[in-house]
Amino acid sequence: MNDFQVVVDAVHKGDIKTAVAETQKALDKGADVQEFLDKALIATMDDVGENFSKGITFVPQMLRSAKTMQECMKLLASSFQEGAVKSKGKVLIGTVKGDLHDIGKNLVAMMLEGAGFIITDLGVDVHPDKFVHKAQEIEPDIIAMSALLSTTMPSMPLTIEALEKAGIRDKVKVIIGGAPVTGKYAKEIKADSYGSDAGASVNLAKSLLGLS
Amino acid sequence: MIIVGEKINASRTSIKEAVEKQDADFIVRIAKEQIEAGADYVDVNAGTFVEKEAEHLCWLVETIQDALDVQLCLDSPSPSALSEAVKVCKGEPMINSVSMEEGRLKQLLPTLVSRPCQVIALCMGRTSMPTTTSERVEVGSELIKELTDNGIPLENIHVDPLIQPVSVDIRMGIAALEAIGRIMNDFPGVNTICGLSNISFGLPERHLINRNFLALAMSHGLSGAILDPTDTQIMSTLLSVNMLLGHDEYCENYIDAYQNGRLG
Repeated sequence: MNDFQVVVDAVHKGDIKTAVAETQKALDKGADVQEFLDKALIATMDDVGENFSKGITFVPQMLRSAKTMQECMKLLASSFQEGAVKSKGKVLIGTVKGDLHDIGKNLVAMMLEGAGFIITDLGVDVHPDKFVHKAQEIEPDIIAMSALLSTTMPSMPLTIEALEKAGIRDKVKVIIGGAPVTGKYAKEIKADSYGSDAGASVNLAKSLLGLS
Repeated sequence: MIIVGEKINASRTSIKEAVEKQDADFIVRIAKEQIEAGADYVDVNAGTFVEKEAEHLCWLVETIQDALDVQLCLDSPSPSALSEAVKVCKGEPMINSVSMEEGRLKQLLPTLVSRPCQVIALCMGRTSMPTTTSERVEVGSELIKELTDNGIPLENIHVDPLIQPVSVDIRMGIAALEAIGRIMNDFPGVNTICGLSNISFGLPERHLINRNFLALAMSHGLSGAILDPTDTQIMSTLLSVNMLLGHDEYCENYIDAYQNGRLG
């Protein structure tokens, strides 16, 4: 039995009130913040993501769990600033130039955040240069791009080219996703990998960075 | 109700393979079965081929219209692919779609005014997707103005309120429904149309949600739908709702469908 079972259950259910109250209790009792984050929050969101990929749980449940986790994270925020906990890595995410679809991108961002990554979201219609400039500024481990239209998919290779020109392509992993995007397309444009859904993106990001 | 048969879309594996193999018989068969099931237009989409999209879209148009006397709905986000397909299309094509996204309307206008056609006006804004009712109505109204200012009759415009999943935002269903109602009310003579599957993304038993959404949308004034007309359940919903709303004189179409074994 997990020491933080009540929080685990509350995050699973998306019960914000209980989760936040129990998180505060755990912190008051002097729980190790890193351990709490890993066992109570991240592990639970990993489960949620896995169940989503399997079709056992559904988008609203996933959103609810993620929102619950975010509320708990607010209580841990000060520990982050003090450097008491480590992030899994930094992810720069956005929907590519010419494309305004944000739902899939937001789900992926949320699940990666739930898995312990620090997310910088550039929003939609992101120009290749904007990806490059932000990447130079924050030095992410991963750049994640989304496209929902066959007409905007070519913005993905353009962004990869822009990263090459800026000399930072080999410093980041590039992952892509979106309804018309395939694993084959990822290979063609020399992205590092492709994720089929928000749950899958978490495993993808972890394996690319050699975590678990 | 205007029914657009959605099955000839290269995002479906069987269609993609048929296009790659140039299997005309298969494509014609899928077109024919949709027409027989009640489609007024057969949608053709070759978007997954990216660079070869225009070429494959034209092949689909010519293949189907060589064999069948049918109106087509040319489906692509690419203005250039649509312009190419219009050139080879017979009859009065339905163009799916224009929107306020940068370039999409401007690039297509010369094609749209070059000959009579039906136009789907997708409520996608310049910089973001609409979420509320009023955002949808605003974009829809702007599109109607642009199109009619360029000489396209209101009766040839089909506004698509842009359906987004209720799983992500519980208000997305009602926002789309209210937008349909307001657009039909504000612009008498205009049409509204939408696809049904986006509404149920991320939820179980999607068919159930799709067909109930169709019924609600029709009761808000929806005048066309992009769907699979060979799906007996969705067509039964459509026929019965159409009758209940008073659009089926003597309940003819409903009874006819029953007597031909098409209800279920």
